[in-house]
Amino acid sequence: MAEAPEDETTFGHAVWIGVKDAFHPVVSFVDVLGGHVILAGRALSWLPRRPARAANYLEASDYIGFGSLPIVLLVGAFTGMVMSLQSVYAFRTFNLESYAGGVTAKALSLELSPVLTALMLAGRAGAGIATELGTMRITEQIDALESMAVNPIQYLVLPRIVAAMIVGPILSLLAFIIGMGGAYFVAVVIQNIDHGQYVANIKSILTLSDVIQGVIKSAVFGFVVILIGCYQGYHATGGGRGVGLGTTRAVVFASVSVLVLDYFLSDLLLSLMGTPK
Amino acid sequence: MSEPAPESPGEDLKQPDPRWHIRVRGLTKHFGDNFVLDHLDYDAERGKVNVIIGASGAGKSVLIKHMMCLLRPDSGSIWVDGTDVFSLDSHELAEFRRRFGLVFQFAALFDSLTVEENCAFPLREHTKKNKEEIRAIVKDKLAALGLDGTQRKYPGELSGGMRKRVGLARALVLDPEILIFDEPTTGLDPLATRNVDEMILETAARYKVTSVVISHDMASVFRIADRISMIHQRKILASGTVDEMLANRDPYVYEFIRASGVAAAGAGAA
Repeated sequence: MAEAPEDETTFGHAVWIGVKDAFHPVVSFVDVLGGHVILAGRALSWLPRRPARAANYLEASDYIGFGSLPIVLLVGAFTGMVMSLQSVYAFRTFNLESYAGGVTAKALSLELSPVLTALMLAGRAGAGIATELGTMRITEQIDALESMAVNPIQYLVLPRIVAAMIVGPILSLLAFIIGMGGAYFVAVVIQNIDHGQYVANIKSILTLSDVIQGVIKSAVFGFVVILIGCYQGYHATGGGRGVGLGTTRAVVFASVSVLVLDYFLSDLLLSLMGTPK
Repeated sequence: MSEPAPESPGEDLKQPDPRWHIRVRGLTKHFGDNFVLDHLDYDAERGKVNVIIGASGAGKSVLIKHMMCLLRPDSGSIWVDGTDVFSLDSHELAEFRRRFGLVFQFAALFDSLTVEENCAFPLREHTKKNKEEIRAIVKDKLAALGLDGTQRKYPGELSGGMRKRVGLARALVLDPEILIFDEPTTGLDPLATRNVDEMILETAARYKVTSVVISHDMASVFRIADRISMIHQRKILASGTVDEMLANRDPYVYEFIRASGVAAAGAGAA
């Protein structure tokens, strides 16, 4: 007679399964986070090693930077405009509408330009890179690179994350500049705020430190957004559906990461280089 | 029938063997709960067309990916001319991989590059040749495969058979010692299949390379194979020449070959 199977419905076993299921999201999160750290480490370890392949960096900069420029400028301009409009109306209650310029400049430089630029990069470049690398993975193009003795991380991932760290701050600065142009247009031309007072308040409220903090944030966000896109594409499995899921995850993870990281980075940067009281 | 070359106690794998070019010993690999290879031994004969057959999912592709160190095993070793491939560091591995040319099942051409750029890619990466030299080599390889004139086309503009030939041209530009074909005739019509078979035989004869071909297209296998090895239940079940495999009376080998319906033709060809 066949031996009865071992009973798996004991209390201890049920508790173990329950605990395992409860902590599964935590384990998965740590696993994915670790995967990103390892990918970043492996990519950056190739930075000093030859061949440098400058063309790959230029191509990545072109795709991430120039390709994202129109949408980043559009978003920057309208964000500055709406921020200015809301500030003017809010400050008008206290007859302080000329302060709208300084407040808009501070908000744009510290938060809105870096964060919105990063979100635009996540939606456009991050998603595009996840799709491109994912397609390369499932059509064995990444294996082909490796079989030809070309390290795919050095060839595909490193140029993209380095390019993102360089063009991210440039895009953010441009978004800030065009945003301030839009804000000026709304406040001075449409809402008839005095030009002199408006500019003077910007000069008194906005500091170089604010702009530098924005630049640092943009570099970090660019790195994170494109790293996530690369990770999701590089590790894509399961055919076209897998590539689609990877692209979705790249946008969602990158957007959430930017917003979460923004708080901690702001806290760190303000404590290190915040405007003295 | 000849069984897979056994790992004899006195076997010195560190010495290059005049007959066997690639020697796999005790290769074990699992993905999660799925054991794909289990202490598999395999030998590929130098300068011959070595075909590996087996059912879908038997582990054929996993085996060839180990040969190029694209995958790392749980245990076991692969020796190429006395070199244990898994002991190589990243720099040595890059050099080692240049000795191989891998032709992928669906060619794996880079979509964003033209045919010429695809074929020139390994030369640009690994040699100091100038543009004219590279162009001449690429033209020569493409012409040898009947593809001259396609240099400016993109992979998306080519038929399946042409893409495979471009994949082979790309694999050949660095003059590899070992050529690996991953299911080269899958998805091709009979005429294209015959052309690819001829291409494999001509390449083996012209460039004196050791070829390892994965296939379960038995008509194609009987046309090209010098030596056939069958993977079954995570091990090499049988190895030998076409005649030896046709004479094999192992029930699975017998059934696999007879089920293809080409055994008689293969026997005739052999």
